[in-house]
Amino acid sequence: MPDLMPPEVEEENYLNAEYGVRSWLLTRDHKRIGLLYLFTLTGMFVLGGLAALGIRLELLTPVGDLMGDDSYNKMFTAHGIIMIFFFLVPSIPAVMGNFLLPLMIGAKDLAFPRLNLASWYIYLLGAALALGAMLTGGVDTGWTFYTPYSTEGSNTNVTMTAMGIFVSGFSSILTGINFLVTIHRMRAPGLTWFRLPLFVWSQYATSIIFILGTPVIAITILLVAAERSLDIGIFDPALGGDPILFQHLFWFYSHPAVYIMILPSMGVVSEIICCFSRNRIFGYKFVAISSLAIALLGFLVWGHHMFVSGQSTNAGLIFSFLSFAVAIPSAVKVFNWTATLYRGSITLKAPMIYALGFIGLFTIGGLTGLFLAALAVDVHLTDTYFIVAHFHYIMVGGALMAYLGALHFWWPKITGRLYSEALAKVSAILVFLGFNLTFFPQFILGYLGMPRRYHVYPDEFQVLNVFSTAGASILGVGYLIPLCYLAYSMRYGPRASANPWGAAGLEWQTPSPPPTENFHTTPVVTDEAYDYRHLDAELAAAEESKA
Amino acid sequence: MISRFRLLPEAASTIAGSVDQLYWFIAAISAGFSFAVAGMILFFVIRYRRRETGREHPESDGVLSLEILWSGIPFLISMVMFVWGAVVFLEMRTPPADSMQIFAVGKRWMWKVQHLEGRREINELHIPVGRPVKITMTSEDVIHSFFVPAFRVKQDAVPGRYSEFWFEATKTGEYHLFCSEFCGTQHARMIGKVVVMEPADYQAWLGSTERGGSRLSMAEAGEEAFAELGCASCHGEGDGSRGPSLRGLAGSQIRMPDGTMRVADATYLRQSILQPLAVVRDGWDPVMPSFQGQLTEDRVLELIAYINSLESGDAAAGVSPVAEAIEENEETPWM
Ligand code: HEM
Ligand SMILES: [Cu+2]
Repeated sequence: MPDLMPPEVEEENYLNAEYGVRSWLLTRDHKRIGLLYLFTLTGMFVLGGLAALGIRLELLTPVGDLMGDDSYNKMFTAHGIIMIFFFLVPSIPAVMGNFLLPLMIGAKDLAFPRLNLASWYIYLLGAALALGAMLTGGVDTGWTFYTPYSTEGSNTNVTMTAMGIFVSGFSSILTGINFLVTIHRMRAPGLTWFRLPLFVWSQYATSIIFILGTPVIAITILLVAAERSLDIGIFDPALGGDPILFQHLFWFYSHPAVYIMILPSMGVVSEIICCFSRNRIFGYKFVAISSLAIALLGFLVWGHHMFVSGQSTNAGLIFSFLSFAVAIPSAVKVFNWTATLYRGSITLKAPMIYALGFIGLFTIGGLTGLFLAALAVDVHLTDTYFIVAHFHYIMVGGALMAYLGALHFWWPKITGRLYSEALAKVSAILVFLGFNLTFFPQFILGYLGMPRRYHVYPDEFQVLNVFSTAGASILGVGYLIPLCYLAYSMRYGPRASANPWGAAGLEWQTPSPPPTENFHTTPVVTDEAYDYRHLDAELAAAEESKA
Repeated sequence: MISRFRLLPEAASTIAGSVDQLYWFIAAISAGFSFAVAGMILFFVIRYRRRETGREHPESDGVLSLEILWSGIPFLISMVMFVWGAVVFLEMRTPPADSMQIFAVGKRWMWKVQHLEGRREINELHIPVGRPVKITMTSEDVIHSFFVPAFRVKQDAVPGRYSEFWFEATKTGEYHLFCSEFCGTQHARMIGKVVVMEPADYQAWLGSTERGGSRLSMAEAGEEAFAELGCASCHGEGDGSRGPSLRGLAGSQIRMPDGTMRVADATYLRQSILQPLAVVRDGWDPVMPSFQGQLTEDRVLELIAYINSLESGDAAAGVSPVAEAIEENEETPWM
């Protein structure tokens, strides 16, 4: 490894260039904004996690003994809303994308730095509204807000929560615009489209969904709020509205939203796998283009959430067919990552364990999607724990594993410090095992017929629920450990070199942590992405000349 | 607790076996695929673990033939799943002509069931074994979903419209009935049971009036309501009536003012009663008053049962022609 001597005196970098709370709250540096997101999102994750803990403890027994019906309903709603809208959707784009995008394309910053800071404040405002709603009475609609329950059935703080989500949506849209313009306009000389790191491609695809999809959910939510306060008949059948219309609008955004969570993860995993197997990705162009294809096709399958809603048989057939078709590019990506390992030179550092774990869990999550795309089987499984297991495999097993992998991989770049590799490995493995013990039993529970959003259930489901809760405690510990050693390393970790993993990519060609302007001189790109053959030869030559 | 623990759900309907077969087919393919991927990853990680010397990089820029192969095969397999799933689904959506008709209304937080013969029950559904049963249902408040795991059927009950599904139980016994669409505070307690009985026992049960029993059949109750509400003053049999005669209406084709045709199914009948101005027939004046707010969903169903019975001219017979009509009620593919 080309661990150059750590610098004796700390160079000026983005972290020490300015001091004081004010310098952070008014920063226009994409790296600092990435960190602002990191801290706020970590807070949200902890809140959502505590709610998960509450849910799982309640489910330990078949009777509702820990909390009342309404509290439980508010608990899983809080868990879902926080995790989806305030953690997963922004996670990789807002934290890692913000930090990395300009570095990866050799730019000084994003195209619109002030807008970028504004996005964070908008996110904060949205989160404050939603949390405020939860603290002042709560919401019990589930994160899906189905009408007419949300418009006339529920007397909880639906409007205020909806406003929180509405506001935070603007943060997504602005980030998407910022990323698209930056990728189009600010690439370093020589950095052609097909030389872009796959992480950048995935952010590009995600930004498209942000821009095309978010307005739809924003309008839908606005309509719900309007119907609640003005009694106009859009969704409420008593007023002449159509309750199913809401589901169409909602899933038209929320299905693509799943890809918002998973596409960036695919980008991260591609980066990590290439680095730790020291190979160029197998089928670069396929992986790049299929991200775009998934983003666009993802808008065509929303109806597979509504097979039992009373949607016509023909619509069911079409949506089922399209869902199978969209599954193929994702499956092929799994093959591409696996093939990238072939004849590589593999090291199992913590980020690599997360990335390989991602492949395993994402594969299971994706394959169980086939059960749900197959019409007749979906009828039995939908709205049961099979769904809960399926989406946790994709969103937690997939997106969250990748987020943690990304955090570990780029941690030395972000903070200029290294963390304890041993602890990181232990926690990665704990997360993987705890995760499977938590969520695998839920597939069986779902097939047995346990409906989701139940806290009171027939006895015969208890054994599997006990397994699941036991797994969740392991998983919880697995998440807690990184929180500790990463926080510790920020101050006490050994200093990291510019490129501790010997990775390809422009972000590794500048000091860790990078200076405020990212690069001392604008880099010029002459190589294809992931040219580890070339890089390893250079590194070997450098070592020889030192010896 | 342990004794009741199980890993496979009970299968007690004609469709359950077909669903399970497809389920296990997909499960087998998925398991094979997962083990193959996991095996390859483990093998590569061990076989190609980092060694300091003799490192040699392959040309791994992609092999087109390989990529076509590994996109093509999964695509074909997934198409098998699609077609198979679709075929079983079509079966689920096509009630046999001789299905027995039962009505259900979801309401927070209970299932209210009405048998044509007049018997009503709450959170229980008694049915005979070996006979296709078709349930027409709606909701009085929010969306609920009727879910019987042992039958592998589930259907949402949506306020303002009727939805329909069918099943045929193959084993007597008691099975869980869940509400699987979140509907508020007591969603998790909106559970009941389906009791599958021998046909003779079912007949006896229908005849008994111990709990919720009624001497009137649904159609008879509907006829009473029809008289009470004064419907007959317009919908008479004579030529001078202000409204059309309802005899033979159910299940027939209706011409709308814009020339389109529409089947007079349960949804149409419900709308005609509650929002008559929205569905005026061609050739009639929009003079009918709305009964919105005056009728419970149960009452509307009784009226519909009565109108259905009018075809044969016998209010006591309760076989519904609405059944066949509903499948054709697919206005647009998106709705
Ligand atoms: C220790 C980790 C977690 C556990 C034990 C857990 C547990 C659960 C359970 C039991 C439910 C089902 C509630 C119900 O339907 O009755 C649920 C729902 C959900 N979870 Fe998690 N969860 C965890 C982590 C996460 C994470 C990290 C995310 C996203 C980042 C997430 C997203 C969701 C969503 C969106 C729902 C749906 C909420 C709804 O039904 O409205 N969960 N979770
Ligand atoms: Cu319900």
